[in-house]
Amino acid sequence: MTIDLEPPSAGPPAAPAAAPLAPGAPLPEPGAPSAPTSISFEDRMATVEFRVAAEAHITVDSDVCRSCTTKACVSACPANLFVPTSDGGVLFNYEQCFECGTCYLVCNHEGAISWSYPLGGFGVVMRHA
Amino acid sequence: MPESFDVVVVGAGPAGSAAALVAARGGLSVCLLERGPFPGSKNMYGGVVYARILDDLIPRWWEEAPIQRWVTKRSTMVATATQSVSIEVQADAWGRAPYNGATAYRSEFDAWLAQKAVDAGAVLVTDTTAVGLLRGPGGQVTGVRTDRPDGDLAAQVVIACDGVNSFLAKEAGLYSAFDPGEFTLGAKEVLHLGHEEIDRRFGLVDRQGLDIEMVGVTRGIPGGGFLYTNLDTVAVGVVVNVEALAAAKVRPEELIAGVKAHPTIAPYLRGADLKEYSAHVIPEGGYNVMPELVTDGMLVAGDAGAFCLAAGIFLEGVNFAIGSGRAAAEAAAEAIGRRDTTAAGLAGYRRRMEQTFVLADHKKMRHAPELLLSERMQQRYAGLMCDLAEGLFTVTNPAPKPGMLRLFRTMQRRHKVKLADLARDGLTAWRTFG
Repeated sequence: MTIDLEPPSAGPPAAPAAAPLAPGAPLPEPGAPSAPTSISFEDRMATVEFRVAAEAHITVDSDVCRSCTTKACVSACPANLFVPTSDGGVLFNYEQCFECGTCYLVCNHEGAISWSYPLGGFGVVMRHA
Repeated sequence: MPESFDVVVVGAGPAGSAAALVAARGGLSVCLLERGPFPGSKNMYGGVVYARILDDLIPRWWEEAPIQRWVTKRSTMVATATQSVSIEVQADAWGRAPYNGATAYRSEFDAWLAQKAVDAGAVLVTDTTAVGLLRGPGGQVTGVRTDRPDGDLAAQVVIACDGVNSFLAKEAGLYSAFDPGEFTLGAKEVLHLGHEEIDRRFGLVDRQGLDIEMVGVTRGIPGGGFLYTNLDTVAVGVVVNVEALAAAKVRPEELIAGVKAHPTIAPYLRGADLKEYSAHVIPEGGYNVMPELVTDGMLVAGDAGAFCLAAGIFLEGVNFAIGSGRAAAEAAAEAIGRRDTTAAGLAGYRRRMEQTFVLADHKKMRHAPELLLSERMQQRYAGLMCDLAEGLFTVTNPAPKPGMLRLFRTMQRRHKVKLADLARDGLTAWRTFG
């Protein structure tokens, strides 16, 4: 005998037919996956409170970034603050920073990212974390 | 002349507030610095507070601590894209005093613990970042510089509880080898579902809570996923090795989306609205990568000292933060009493932690991180377990049941699991958890 235990073909899980929704929750779009509908990154970041300081607490030396082939910070930053530019550099926006440290941990170019904490009282404020 | 305290504690997270509380109760003058607008505002975690360590510090803490739910069910889930095997433990005792674990918002829990330190006499100064160390003629730490005008604070002992990025520990030269590969990124979404809906979907009543830890849901990037219930929200997220995350070029929120779309998880979350997205780095390297914890005039506690136990089935941090903060304050009081705040005078810190869970657990489980984040554990064993379980319970009539051994051999070949690896990893697991 043969044992055929290949998992069923992959694909988006089918939405169970009718299940109770939370009171006041929006109805899922027809044909939407059963997981909560994805939201734009802008809306995602709009759920977080930031008290933006006048001065950046992180600076990026784009000259160093131009020689970087991996640009690991771009995909790894959970706040998506690093944007590659057409000339091979990196644009950085400090305003919506979680102050987590991922960018300097994954950066493999000494001196490209100068990292410190924002001025006291400024920066991210997490309420439900 | 800078303002002077017996002890300056940097960071009002659980380590710092526990240190400040114990030091203040010991009769020392204490300044507790917090860079956020309130304690907890910079803090995020993947989890659960196990606060047994508070029992003697704050008797009947469970009657006043701002917790969300008491974890009465905890599930360890091993998954592939289309399967999962879960071991769920439910214990009534965890739902009544003195309780076991609780979910809590750090903005509330950390602020509550900091207030305990204030009640004991510590001076809490928020909105203030420590930007560097003050040093004496012999190089010993004599205080901290803050970002306030004339903001130098002198101290006999500085207790650095400034978190996973600890600039103070680095400035003091306590991280001899700093390896980014020993850190993970935690990213999560807090989703609103409503109290009753959470009770219904997860089979909970009143303040009962559920905690699910997952392996095999991070697209092969070493790490895991988690889901736990708050009162009217559910937190769902991932914890992944930062270097592997960067190498995979996958965005953190895409990994969270993957967990949310997993067939085992998706039905729980249908219709849930994003209330807050957050991220934080975690020092997961454990015992083998801890910095030096003591130098002349300074101690390091909490995440700053890598006191975060990420041992697969055990994921604990807040309790280790509190335990290390307590030990630091006791050692500081002892050293100040003896007028010797050199590293030798502060050696009681490490000794105290070795005698309790704080270092004992970490030492025993020092091989856990490498084992649990290995490709074998993350993918091959996860796949093997899921296929074994599915095979075991898939009825193959009219053919007779294949039997466990035959199933195992088939699945072992399919997932390229070597018996030698399995034996060796089994032994490591036994030494770690046995």
